[in-house]
Amino acid sequence: MNGWSRRGTVLVTDFSRQEAAVLRGLVGQVHEMLSGRADDGPRDELAELTGIRTGHSTAPDDPVLRRLLPDFHRAEEEDGELSERDSDSAAALRSVHEPELLEHKTGVAQVVLDTCPESGGRIELADEQADAWLAALNDVRLALGTALDIREDGPEEVAQDDPRAPHLGVYHWLTVVQETLVEALTS
Amino acid sequence: MNSPVELERAQVDPLGREVGSEDRPWMTVVWNDPVNLMSYVTYVFQKLFGYSKDHATKLMLDVHQKGRAVVSSGGKDKVEADVAKLHAAGLWATMQRDS
Repeated sequence: MNGWSRRGTVLVTDFSRQEAAVLRGLVGQVHEMLSGRADDGPRDELAELTGIRTGHSTAPDDPVLRRLLPDFHRAEEEDGELSERDSDSAAALRSVHEPELLEHKTGVAQVVLDTCPESGGRIELADEQADAWLAALNDVRLALGTALDIREDGPEEVAQDDPRAPHLGVYHWLTVVQETLVEALTS
Repeated sequence: MNSPVELERAQVDPLGREVGSEDRPWMTVVWNDPVNLMSYVTYVFQKLFGYSKDHATKLMLDVHQKGRAVVSSGGKDKVEADVAKLHAAGLWATMQRDS
């Protein structure tokens, strides 16, 4: 992958077989986590009757899912508690919006799986597909960044025998894929 | 964040009209995040809100340097929808109403 470029109406790049496998694997994992969250959401007869979906009202325990599905309110102080009113409001807003958010996120992940061939090679995206790729790449980087505990000051790299080393390499590669796609899309 | 007591308290404006908590606009706040790319955050602000590149860049820099920025404001429904769109893009957004 040497970055994306615009050719007329499409954005183009080339992936090696290995690059395609890494990206498809990670996007597939995120898709699976999000689908799992959607599947264990509350079910009630009224929702099935009316078609108005109600999602979880509490944030996920898993830190990766929690970062992908944030609360609608935040306490002013770091690690501070929400007031009772804000906490009730956050629960209500989550249950209203989470089903749609999950649908969106699994949707953009699916666009990547549908447009990135398993064997790698040439990839051509329309602008709308490129937007889906950007969101899906961002979700995968958020997931890896949370798992690797990426902070503002790094780590940029770790020792070669550090168990995080290969994942950090993938994280930086995904950063390049996303960054060059934004550049190509806005140039 | 304000305590409920403060939020319920009516304010009085200079013309003597009572301004209740219902009249204060909501704000969409985006928080700094070590993962999200500066170029992507700028692109999202342009795309979602129709902001100019300059304005979107200024908001992105506020998020990056000050830790947070108010990126839109208005009625509860509008701000709620804005937060939902930012979540879909992967940004860390919340909504609040200041006194």
